[in-house]
Amino acid sequence: MSEKMTYREAVRLGISEAMEKDERVFMMGEDVGRYGGCYAVSMGLQEQFGPQRIIDTPLSESAFTGAGVGAALNGMRPIVEIMTVNFSLLALDQIMNNAATLLHMSGGQFNVPLVIRMATGGGKQLAAQHSHSLEGWFAHIPGLKVLTPATVQDARDMIGLALADPDPVLIFENALLYNAKGELDTAAAPLPIGKALVHREGKDLTILAYGINLFKALEAAETLSKEGIEAEVIDLRSLRPLDDAAIMASLRKTHRVMVVDEGWKSGSISAEIMARINEQAFFELDAPMGRVCSMEVPIPYAKHLEDAVIPQPDKIVAMARRLMEAI
Amino acid sequence: MSEFKMPSLGADMESAVLMEWKVKEGDHVTKGQVIAEVETSKGVIEIEVFETGVVEKILVEEETECAVGTPLALIASEGEGREEAVAEAAAEPEKVPPQPEPPSKEEPLKPEPQEEERPAAEPAERVKASPAARRKARELGVDLAALAAGSDRGIQLDAVEAAAETAAKAPEADGMRQAIARAMSRSNAEIPHYYLSTSVNMTPALAWLAALNAKRSIKERILPAALLIRAVVKALEAVPELNGFWQEERHSISKTVNPGIAIALRKGGLITPALLSAETMNLDETMHSLDDLITRTRSGRLRGSEMTQQTVTITNLGDLGVERVYGVIYPPQVAIVGLGRIIDAPWAEGDALSVRKVMQATIAGDHRATDGRTGALFLERLDHFLQNPQELL
Amino acid sequence: MELDITLAREFYRQMLLIRRFEEKCVELYSNQKIRGFLHLYIGEEAIATGVMQALGADDSVLSTYREHGHALARGIPAKRIMAEMYGKVEGCSRGRGGSMHLFDAETRFYGGSAIVGGGLPLAIGMALADKMMKRDRVTVAFFGDGAVAEGAFHESMNLAALWQLPVLFVCENNRYAMGTALELTESETNLANKAAAYKIVSRQVDGMDVVAVAEAAEEAIAEVRAAKRPLFLECLTYRFRAHSMFDAELYREKTEVAEWKQKDPLAVLKMRAETAGLWAQLNADELEEEVSAIVDEAVAFAENGTLESLSDLEKFVYSEEAAQ
Repeated sequence: MSEKMTYREAVRLGISEAMEKDERVFMMGEDVGRYGGCYAVSMGLQEQFGPQRIIDTPLSESAFTGAGVGAALNGMRPIVEIMTVNFSLLALDQIMNNAATLLHMSGGQFNVPLVIRMATGGGKQLAAQHSHSLEGWFAHIPGLKVLTPATVQDARDMIGLALADPDPVLIFENALLYNAKGELDTAAAPLPIGKALVHREGKDLTILAYGINLFKALEAAETLSKEGIEAEVIDLRSLRPLDDAAIMASLRKTHRVMVVDEGWKSGSISAEIMARINEQAFFELDAPMGRVCSMEVPIPYAKHLEDAVIPQPDKIVAMARRLMEAI
Repeated sequence: MSEFKMPSLGADMESAVLMEWKVKEGDHVTKGQVIAEVETSKGVIEIEVFETGVVEKILVEEETECAVGTPLALIASEGEGREEAVAEAAAEPEKVPPQPEPPSKEEPLKPEPQEEERPAAEPAERVKASPAARRKARELGVDLAALAAGSDRGIQLDAVEAAAETAAKAPEADGMRQAIARAMSRSNAEIPHYYLSTSVNMTPALAWLAALNAKRSIKERILPAALLIRAVVKALEAVPELNGFWQEERHSISKTVNPGIAIALRKGGLITPALLSAETMNLDETMHSLDDLITRTRSGRLRGSEMTQQTVTITNLGDLGVERVYGVIYPPQVAIVGLGRIIDAPWAEGDALSVRKVMQATIAGDHRATDGRTGALFLERLDHFLQNPQELL
Repeated sequence: MELDITLAREFYRQMLLIRRFEEKCVELYSNQKIRGFLHLYIGEEAIATGVMQALGADDSVLSTYREHGHALARGIPAKRIMAEMYGKVEGCSRGRGGSMHLFDAETRFYGGSAIVGGGLPLAIGMALADKMMKRDRVTVAFFGDGAVAEGAFHESMNLAALWQLPVLFVCENNRYAMGTALELTESETNLANKAAAYKIVSRQVDGMDVVAVAEAAEEAIAEVRAAKRPLFLECLTYRFRAHSMFDAELYREKTEVAEWKQKDPLAVLKMRAETAGLWAQLNADELEEEVSAIVDEAVAFAENGTLESLSDLEKFVYSEEAAQ
């Protein structure tokens, strides 16, 4: 059972399927109802499920995210939509000091089955306060799970996976992916949280990416293939937990690896992945590890500047060549 | 009888100054009563006593700094006589400041030994070696697999260097020897060789070279070796089938010509680093690159690609007085060119016999990839270029 | 509320337990048996005592980092609270929380929060879930005057009123946010007025008088339960002790503390009991002994408790059932 749809439609489908299946599921956030969602993800859902289950909130991220934690503590399965990752900073206290800690702090008594969705990423000329990629930051926090759906399949599947999880799960949807079209197999069992997926096999080097950079990496791999370099491209899918096994398995095949990450380089998830490779597969390396991250500047407005800051296929290609030429 | 001690009011409090006693010896105190003031980093704080009784003895004078846990006074509980209390206190051994309570015996506060994170079983042929060791091994031609045999520890840089040292001392037992041994056995076992040889009159070429060098400074002079390499490269361009690989039952021709040049190391051993993209070089560039390659080989500064990307091998044992070399092909290459010593030999041209500088040039080819005819063509071209050295400029 | 002997005795016993328990905590802290921060409730016992007795077993409680009194009055056994202070596995949070983070599923006690105002959005969510599930529960959120300055407070007030949620906000106004007096931080020091601005029914009560608090709380909880809407109860109170153990109290006059100690909730109740002719019958000495025994037992229980094995350290970061 496969059909073609946009990423946006896939997320919407994931939400509506979950709401039909489980009356405890509801969604709240800014402009998710009458407006139809800032990115039109929830268009039509309020008509379908009513304002009691698709709830428009005031602009108060701290309160409605915390309310999501409270509702999850008290038997519901809330989906909180934070309009963009940039506004998640206003809810960081609730996410980090409540959602992520309650289970542990209560000695295992109170779990928080909460799902928080938000749009992430740059590339839309929205400048320095509206172009963050902070998923790697959130992946630093024990108690949370951090998902980064890249494909239409995951856009839908991960809603269900996240809701089925007894703990807080953050889903980062790159805003540039909403219009992307892809195949959705509604019959297939979803690939579980914490499993990476090989999108393209290759023998020469491994490219690890997530979110929109999966597609940039695949594009780069095509270019490299014409030069006789066969890159293996892996979608991490989840930044916490990371699929160490899949990363190391690919490395044992290729002995060269790079990470593509739209976060700023210093202290990014790419650094964590490289550290894990160092810990677990040092002797598999035939070349230094490489990475393509965002340059360390607030994301600028001008298009040529923004393009230069964030990862691009040509940067991935250049880095791959460097790795191939290294010892 | 109990001790009234300097209380701990915060984890970051180490000591405080006892500023003022609110009671004197003999005073009756009740539990919770403030009996002193202490000055802390945060200011003056009143401290209270935790039992009801009589202040038997004040042990610390005002304005004395005391560590947390220091006994400040002795408190006798109700009904306890003063003298006996003081005597008892005097008999008590000196108290050490309280320590955080030790963990109980059955709960050792040691992290459980974590099971080491091990990658799944490695492919057998992958040797565990540090990147530095791997690079050095390539430079020095040390065989990592041989080093790794019988050790489950990863090979480190010093082990490779030590192996290379040993190699210099004991040619039979060193890693490089073993690497060569393995490559050669494989070559002999797998590659059906054919061998061809021809005599090349080197007099014209050497005379031409002498004339060329006469006009040059010492630094710019061309050595015969560079001329020979240049000639081999030109001949390979004409007969490209010999410049390539036999891999997975398939013959492929390399676009670039990267001849492996056999270079003897000062401390013994022999390696054949590649002169990369030699087809792009003129004679001067060939000389310059050869010089650079030899220098870097002997100082251990080869690039990885120079150790792995040979497309053909040139062996020249002439300096040892050998007249004819039949090489053994380094797989996956498909040919090895052998250049012998240049000797004075009788040489027939037309009806005349004269003495000329003569060199034996040989080719060993992989019969799976090419036929003897290809080898013959190559030797013919090589001779052509050496008879027309101006074409090598 | 008619003060009878049963009630008077129960109120007195409860307040006394909180008082003596915390006094013991001071001693244990001074002797380094308890670590971390220790915020004492002494002086404010009437609020927890009066509010908790008005709650049903199915109602939910969210608290602050000054929550020993709330936990005790809600019925978490003293020994489990003390064991938590000792960081022992028998503690109500298995030693994971300490003084500031007491949790208990059985009494629906959703913990102390160490982020000022941080628990208020949770209370909103708890009440939202109850409303959606059509339950009859009330959620009570305790917080101090300091929380009123936080954005989370205002966001939560607005949501509670906007969505008409069954929450009772209990503001324990003890006049100081740590060391900063209310009048130095708020343009409007009548906090009930602030809540009223959000169209929330708001009342003030003498937080030093357990009977007044109990009456106000019973009325408020009944109203919240019946009308399904929030209510704000400001309890005017005072802490007799410093903000935490390591506090030189440079910010307030000793005379002010002394004045407020005249309104000690235990003394106020004693006066009420005397007026009602119940004091002798109440038998305070007997209660002292009873409470003292409970506290001693709690200390012994905590002392003899076990330290969690390090092999379990990484438990409770994620739910067991999620382990794939």
